[in-house]
Amino acid sequence: MSEFAVELRDVVKTFATPEGGKLNAVDHVDMHIRQGEFFSMLGSSGCGKTTSLRMIAGFEWPTEGEVFIDGQPQGRKPPFQRPVNTVFQSYALFQHMTVAQNVAFGLEMDKVDVNEINRRVSEALAMVKLNGMEKRSPRQLSGGQQQRVALARALVKRPKVLLLDEPLGALDLKLRKEMQLELKALQQEVGITFVFVTHDQEEALTMSDRIAVMSRGKVLQIGAPVEIYERPNCKFVADFIGETNILTGQVRSVDGTHLKVYVPDLEAEVSAVAESQFQPGQPVHLSIRPEKIRLAEERSLNENCFAGNVIQSAYIGSDTRVKVKVGKIVLKVWEQNHISTLDPDAYFQQNEQTWATLFPENTLVLPFEEG
Amino acid sequence: MNPNRRSPFVNLMTILVYGFLYLPIIVLITFSFNASKTNITFQGVVSQVGPLKMQGSLVVQSPCGPFHWFCELGKNKDVLNAARNTLTIAVTSTIISALIGTMAALALQRYNFRLKPFSQLSLYIPIVIPEIVMGIGILTLFSQLFTFLNSALGLTGDARLALGIGTVILSHIAFSVPFVTLVVQARLQGFDQSFEEAAMDLGANELVTFWRVTLPMLLPGVLSGALMAFTLSLDDFVITFFTNGPGSTTLPIYVYGLLRRIITPQVNALSTVWILLIFSAVFLLQRLQSRQA
Repeated sequence: MSEFAVELRDVVKTFATPEGGKLNAVDHVDMHIRQGEFFSMLGSSGCGKTTSLRMIAGFEWPTEGEVFIDGQPQGRKPPFQRPVNTVFQSYALFQHMTVAQNVAFGLEMDKVDVNEINRRVSEALAMVKLNGMEKRSPRQLSGGQQQRVALARALVKRPKVLLLDEPLGALDLKLRKEMQLELKALQQEVGITFVFVTHDQEEALTMSDRIAVMSRGKVLQIGAPVEIYERPNCKFVADFIGETNILTGQVRSVDGTHLKVYVPDLEAEVSAVAESQFQPGQPVHLSIRPEKIRLAEERSLNENCFAGNVIQSAYIGSDTRVKVKVGKIVLKVWEQNHISTLDPDAYFQQNEQTWATLFPENTLVLPFEEG
Repeated sequence: MNPNRRSPFVNLMTILVYGFLYLPIIVLITFSFNASKTNITFQGVVSQVGPLKMQGSLVVQSPCGPFHWFCELGKNKDVLNAARNTLTIAVTSTIISALIGTMAALALQRYNFRLKPFSQLSLYIPIVIPEIVMGIGILTLFSQLFTFLNSALGLTGDARLALGIGTVILSHIAFSVPFVTLVVQARLQGFDQSFEEAAMDLGANELVTFWRVTLPMLLPGVLSGALMAFTLSLDDFVITFFTNGPGSTTLPIYVYGLLRRIITPQVNALSTVWILLIFSAVFLLQRLQSRQA
């Protein structure tokens, strides 16, 4: 068994555009998905995540590069010769078959013995809590139930890798949250590698062991949810995952991982940390998450403390979401409401003077990007 | 305004429309039980069962009772022959045009080829072109082709290619295919590619995917296209008139021939049977589709 369940090595997929041009939907992508991992591809529509998934499934073939499944190059193998199964966004349940017939379809194709089929079908349906629904038509099921049938149908074949193409997209919010946890539990139970495609960053953070953030056909960063959120490697990832404040400036001095960055909009130097190498004089972005900024009535002793003016304040229960004008910049700041009080002064008022502290260890230096 | 109150005008129009549509059929069916052989006026039904007894042009007693003309019909060799021809032509042309039409619809949906817009447009030609033009066209084609082939291959006597049941079937296929294609295409519009991808993903190759998933899901469309082709073939007169030959008379052609001589209630009886056949075919298909859809 290979160390990796799925590998994409320098994969390119080129499509012809309707205008007669060419577009790299997937542009030199490298991905190494480990055995038994819950791996998510995250990005907005058109980022190449679904095309990448379809190349693993065999619905598309790479223009360049190679897809490996369990160490085996797949070349131009059709879907029915690959040890992977897919849960489709639309579920794609066969309407002219019953639930049991849908689940049995894949086993029939493998010429599995009838008794064995029956046993495994009821096992798979029990796994997704649909026993007793065997004789129903998919049309008679709710969205959540159809989703489970699609899961059972794909898992009953015991694939090396299960591919999921935005499977929760069609469900309502509450059901989606439930299914997220269930799917994660199911993955740990069966121990199969899941490759999950989604545009919902919260979903990806909740479920994944590792996430690949994609944009315009390229992989920007691959890492555990905590790495992606706490140590984004570029402005796009910082902005796409959660919320953040982006400042633009120029490196003044470098001391190991500690940098001083001059931010014209603040007319001040900001101390920050960097994961990669920067040179003095280089233009950079700074990223700091709204929940990591502290507001206080008095100036703190920290070097990154700036005077500001509250221009908007919204109480949302757990937090108060404040917009603070500092210099020429409006910072988003989320203050946790950790004291229970009815005193309006505790929740920031418009036009209130305040001091915002951007702790240097929470302020990340990121490479400069146009636009 | 009370939505339950209908104006008398609406009621009148409803009665007029239904009357206009169905009264002729009711009259036609009634006259198939007429005791009068001349069938000009309705003179009551044949009421007595027993050996045939006539009173002038009136049938007083018949072994079949009121169904006298239906029994006569059953004894008429020409009618039976024409019925057999009609069914042979309809069944054969329906099956073949359903096959070709479905394949054409699939090809038009899946593949891009240079003549695709032309192929799509050409589907409407047999539908919009006047039947008589198409009939003459097909006749010209066949006669020219057969003359050429007969002389080129040196065919003589009975071996010569001539108009007959084969040419009728071919011409029926020609006008039926577009109907099947258009109906199946409409069905394909809502057909999600992911059904086929799911089947292949689960281990079915292209052929198995087609038989187990694509075809069953398209079947209602294929069936209603086929039914359309079947009914069009059953009652086609114009094109059949031009393309049939000796021994390939169909029911519409035969009835037309009868009408030029005398309209006995036999013609009505024949029409009654015919209407019942088509109605039950349509009813059956409707049932089938509502179960599938």
